Amino acid sequence: MTLRLAALVTGLLLLIGTPLAWWLARTRNRLRPVIEAVTALPLVLPPTVLGFYLLIAFNPRSALGAAWVGLTGQTLTFSFTGLVIASLIYSLPFTVQPLQAAFAQVGRAPMEAAASLGAGPLDAFLSVASPLAVRGYLSAAVLTFAHTLGEFGVVLMVGGNIPGQTRVVSIAIYEQVETVQYAQAHVLSAILLGISFAILLALYLLNGRGTAR
Amino acid sequence: MRLELDLRLDRPGFSFRAVHTGDLAGLTAVFGPSGSGKTTLLRLIAGFERGQGHLRLGPSTWQQDRVFVPPHRRRIATVFQEARLFPHLDVAGNLNYAARRAGTTGRVADLARRFGVTRLLDRPVTGLSGGEAQRVALARALLTDPALILMDEPLSALDAAARADILPLIEALRDEGPAPILFVSHARGEVARLADRIMLTEAGRLAEEGPAADLLPRLLATDTDELSVLTVTLAGAEPDGLRPLVFPGGRLLVPDLPGPAGRSTRIAVHARDVMLARGNAAALAAQVSALNVIPARVVKVEVQAASARVTLDCGGVRLLARITSRSAALLDLAPGQDCLALIKSVALLDD
Repeated sequence: MTLRLAALVTGLLLLIGTPLAWWLARTRNRLRPVIEAVTALPLVLPPTVLGFYLLIAFNPRSALGAAWVGLTGQTLTFSFTGLVIASLIYSLPFTVQPLQAAFAQVGRAPMEAAASLGAGPLDAFLSVASPLAVRGYLSAAVLTFAHTLGEFGVVLMVGGNIPGQTRVVSIAIYEQVETVQYAQAHVLSAILLGISFAILLALYLLNGRGTAR
Repeated sequence: MRLELDLRLDRPGFSFRAVHTGDLAGLTAVFGPSGSGKTTLLRLIAGFERGQGHLRLGPSTWQQDRVFVPPHRRRIATVFQEARLFPHLDVAGNLNYAARRAGTTGRVADLARRFGVTRLLDRPVTGLSGGEAQRVALARALLTDPALILMDEPLSALDAAARADILPLIEALRDEGPAPILFVSHARGEVARLADRIMLTEAGRLAEEGPAADLLPRLLATDTDELSVLTVTLAGAEPDGLRPLVFPGGRLLVPDLPGPAGRSTRIAVHARDVMLARGNAAALAAQVSALNVIPARVVKVEVQAASARVTLDCGGVRLLARITSRSAALLDLAPGQDCLALIKSVALLDD
């Protein structure tokens, strides 16, 4: 359940985050700082605050929650879908910020060169900007995945703890500690620690090799 | 090809205005002090900056009213100061990038040979020298089959050897003319050597446009240093090592000048290095230690106190001489008068 959530959220966020990060990296719009601030909010807000607002928004009696129920017949709260949406918001900065930095690093020069060689904006983005920002994509994917893997507060607020549906590892550990099942908590914690460390180590090894070249 | 442009760009702290209509052929140098808008003019034409106004070249309208053709649809090739090769592709990949989009893949091998990059084709671009990279960039730009070539100081980041390598390639492009070239430069030597016509930018506007022969003297001269610019063709060296430079007014001999016969170049003749005489050229050559005696006709004599500036016509080419007013009076110089110009030295305008 945890891995499925993290993989799905990472994939979706790369799709959503790419145009957003591209826009943030290139625009001269005055709204940019506002959007940047909103995007970065999940970094500083306590997860419980975010979770609280999402819980209210997802409530079947709210506009969004009601629309969702009308559309799908299911509630967003305490469901896997709700968890995915909450995680998308919660992990957004971990996708957008590395991508935005990578796109800014690419700069305008190669894009102008591509245009002068007959490449339209989308063509130039796919054939020049994306390959040049590949390190940013790697960082974004790894950080998003690892961060979603370890989230707790938002999940607890929005998803609850339904086995097979919304129970993720971090919640399971919390419950085991609460019920003094330290042995199981040790096992799960060690697994999460190991996975997270392995992912980050892989990222930094790849990055280090890139810069040394 | 006819160029019609009327473009205006307003940015905080900088504005630029250019109005010009004229035929574009060969190489037009865009020259002016830094910050005067040379590069802005190029970027407006390329479509990298969007200003107001209109822009047409030959049959293509690139900007008018609400119409703004984006850069990738303009059939303009831009060669930048830095080569701007794509680092994730090798040299062949960079050339193919342009060729695939313009449908010119059949010409890649040919252009690679022409710009001397054939042996680099499978190399990553990160290992290229500055000169090699710029040659790849030129080949890549030409593969777009452009209607207009823009060059933004393409030589200024290169060392002297690489520059000497690439200048003849740009000259060949100018002379074979697949497309007219707009060449931004702040190096007078480059402009003097390459330009057919010159656009002068000054304080955020396109101030003037005209034939290089007319504008170059002003670019090269300072107040006390008037000069004439002659376009000459190198002939084969004589046995004693002197090199004849042929121009419509005659022939000048200069020592120690390298370069293949038939090459065309430009020289500067300072007005104070031109003496004037009356009489017979052959007789004079036997009496004076000056080899370069050119028949001339006086066009204008301007007396300024003790000194006089004499404008001469040598076979249709304008030449300035600075002599004393007393000499002018003694020689009885007046418009229409035939005389002889003794040229003491010339300066080459190549870098």
